[in-house]
Amino acid sequence: MDVFRLHFDIDGGSFASAGNASVEVKKTLRQLGVSNAVIRRCSIAMYEGEINMVIHADGGTADVEVYPDRIVMVLEDHGPGIPDVELAMKEGYSTATEQIHNMGFGAGMGLPNMKRSSDDLKIETKVGVGTKITMVVRL
Amino acid sequence: MTVHEMAEKLSLQTICEPDPDREVTGGYTGDLLSWVMGRAQSGDVWLTIMSNQNVVAVATLADTAAVIFTEGVQPDAGVRELAEKKDVNLYSSPDHSFAVGAKVAALL
Ligand SMILES: Nc1ncnc2c1ncn2[C@@H]1O[C@H](COP(=O)(O)OP(=O)(O)OP(=O)(O)O)[C@@H](O)[C@H]1O
Ligand SMILES: [Mg+2]
Repeated sequence: MDVFRLHFDIDGGSFASAGNASVEVKKTLRQLGVSNAVIRRCSIAMYEGEINMVIHADGGTADVEVYPDRIVMVLEDHGPGIPDVELAMKEGYSTATEQIHNMGFGAGMGLPNMKRSSDDLKIETKVGVGTKITMVVRL
Repeated sequence: MTVHEMAEKLSLQTICEPDPDREVTGGYTGDLLSWVMGRAQSGDVWLTIMSNQNVVAVATLADTAAVIFTEGVQPDAGVRELAEKKDVNLYSSPDHSFAVGAKVAALL
């Protein structure tokens, strides 16, 4: 199997269409014959990362690569960065505003979900510069 | 039990039912989307009072069998059309989530 690549520009302004890239990834993985269990893990990880870019970083890009033995998802934004990654990783920690809470986000469960759903999660972030998150799910 | 059978037995209001034969295997109640994303299982009926478009994306990705809006909640504008397109079954009930959940559980 050749390496299969997908690229998405994630629009920061649109909460309504948030999740579209993740839905697209799910569809593609299904077409590639990836198992349901792996699709589920990728869907969760990708969705949480996509939503975080929309809510916290005014959008960004997502690159998904499907290798014979693993799926790699790279989410990159030029948002505010994460000042304290260890704190951000804690279940229940969120800086989401009231307005964002009203839409159902801001439980502080996104990053923990990403960690749980992936075999490897790497967060590179710099305050004022942006955040790059790399997640690997093994097949 | 299919979602259609469930909807009939519980006298739910059908908002859209693009996949009526989908099998119901469990249930999950929650309004915080990251909890639902991480906890709801494939085949669950998801009970929520959230009415926005993000519900459709979460239902698609978590692969739930159906969404039941409880407390008489109706989806926001455009949600039904989106759900039709994404094959997501949507229903509404005037009852609160605990009451609806208990009825779903009794059917399983
Ligand atoms: N891409 C990002 N850029 C800047 N800050 C981020 C980014 N992703 C996460 N954060 C910060 O980390 C916190 C925790 O993120 P997490 O996804 O766990 O929770 P949340 O997005 O606030 O709520 P939920 O994901 O449950 O809807 C966020 O509130 C935000 O402060
Ligand atoms: Mg989040």
